[in-house]
Amino acid sequence: MWELIRTNRRNSILLMVLMAAVLLSLGLLIGMAALGREGGLLGVAIAAGIWLILALVSFSSGDQILLAASDAKQVTHDVHPQLFNIVEEMKIAAGLPAMPKVYIINDPAPNAFATGRGPQSASIAVTAGLLARLNRDELQGVVAHEMSHILHRDILYVTLAGIMLGSIALLSQVFMRGMFYHSMGSRRRYSSDSRGGGQAQLILFAVTILAAILAPILAQLLYFALSRRREYMADAGGARLTRYPEGLASALEKIAGDPSPQLATANDITAPMYFANPFKKRGKRTLSDLTSTHPPVSERIRILRSMGHGASYRDYAQAYTAVTHSKNLMSAAALGTEEVAIRQKQGESAEPQRAEKQIHEIGDIMRRVNGFAFLTCPCGLKLKVPPNFQGDAIQCPRCKRPLPLRSLRTPT
Amino acid sequence: MAGLVALIVVLAILGLVVLVLIGIYNSLVGSRNQVDNAWAQIDVQLKRRHDLIPNLVETAKGYMKHERETFESITKARSAAMGAKTVAETAQAEGQLADALSKFMLVVENYPELKANQNFLALQEELTSTENKIAFSRQNYNDQVLFYNNRIQMFPSNVVAGMFAFTKRDFFQVETALEREPPKVTFS
Repeated sequence: MWELIRTNRRNSILLMVLMAAVLLSLGLLIGMAALGREGGLLGVAIAAGIWLILALVSFSSGDQILLAASDAKQVTHDVHPQLFNIVEEMKIAAGLPAMPKVYIINDPAPNAFATGRGPQSASIAVTAGLLARLNRDELQGVVAHEMSHILHRDILYVTLAGIMLGSIALLSQVFMRGMFYHSMGSRRRYSSDSRGGGQAQLILFAVTILAAILAPILAQLLYFALSRRREYMADAGGARLTRYPEGLASALEKIAGDPSPQLATANDITAPMYFANPFKKRGKRTLSDLTSTHPPVSERIRILRSMGHGASYRDYAQAYTAVTHSKNLMSAAALGTEEVAIRQKQGESAEPQRAEKQIHEIGDIMRRVNGFAFLTCPCGLKLKVPPNFQGDAIQCPRCKRPLPLRSLRTPT
Repeated sequence: MAGLVALIVVLAILGLVVLVLIGIYNSLVGSRNQVDNAWAQIDVQLKRRHDLIPNLVETAKGYMKHERETFESITKARSAAMGAKTVAETAQAEGQLADALSKFMLVVENYPELKANQNFLALQEELTSTENKIAFSRQNYNDQVLFYNNRIQMFPSNVVAGMFAFTKRDFFQVETALEREPPKVTFS
């Protein structure tokens, strides 16, 4: 377990160093191209400055910004007891020092993510669509996957790598824009200034333009490579925490087969944080593996279902090798030697819900999140009372019976 | 002069040994506290299970008129579990309570009206979650006990453990009828 975290940390640092090198050389090139040889240092300073500012903002309130941008609302036990209970169960299983904050995202697309600085201050957010579609075992699988991201310290590194990627993208954008205006406005002055080393300056310029185009792509590829490996490891961790790989597999299956539109609030930088790739394009999955933030879902499912003997990291790694025919996912030392038995399915008859009923339930979950109260009239009609409703009683629209509102404030 | 050097060397070695012993003692206390803390966490969940049962029985009674035996066995197992003192006793009593509860849940399947009751569903969710939490904290407790027991049996920490009367702790081994069954093998 600790070996795994250490390996994870080492790979992450390597990747961060690579991305930092890309960022700083881009700064150097841009500085030199724009201001001559002496400008290189300034360029590096600006690149580092952008990174510092973004990093400071992300560290102080990155998780809050992300959650707010995703339209996520923090919930208590009363709003969705099952989700809250499952997060608490997985917190105990993972031995986390503090209970993560629980959020629900107002979106019908089934997905989830974890964020925060580390195990002490983490948050888990799931969409209303996920809650409406999954049964208890499946939801537990998804929460366990997210809990593993927290446990493996993925959330911190994804945040750091995201900052680096954002800085690189920002820097090359600024350069391209600046160059565009420069060539529009003061071409003549520029060319007369640099009559001496015109040839060399021109080559430098071309190289810089090329770098400004290529660097964000390169950084993105690095970022995605990191994120795919982590998804496998989080699947392995999820199976270990729940001792029930089938729950996670079945959740992935449901999410992959889901027809609802993609998540409204995801973008290139936040995509790797999600449980399933928020940008799945149906029928277009042949797109190169390199440009994908997540491993193919079918492969993730097959690996989980091949874990015949146990639910430890080692069992997952064996299944991974068997399914993908590629070499080991992790070093043997990192996987550990613990024995984890797979548990039995929990007695729960989960009849497949019809689509309209799911949409109905998504609405109900969101109303609950937003403080609506629910009231069932003796005639069978279910009333949804908005939180700002004034008065002590409400009349049932069907049977005209007056219903007292006081009983509402205690959750059913 | 040589006597003084010898004295200093002996004193230094003695001091070193004392330091090592203090270190071992402190880490033993640390892992004993870990065991106690893990036990306290199980205890919280077990208490919660005991608190949930009266509500559950009360809600179900209205629907299940002819299942007096089931209710009685749950109530009896609950009071036995609440009266248990040692870890081994608790484990045994809680195992019986878990058996009674899972039997009860099987019987519930025959009462569709009860299964549609919102109040009952909420209680059932709480019970399921509590059972899971018990299982996960039990795992954690057993890990801590294994680590602690290993330490007080292995050299050199066993010497310190013997000097200050650190005693072995019991594992929390719940043997319910369900868990005794051989695991099902599925080929997929």
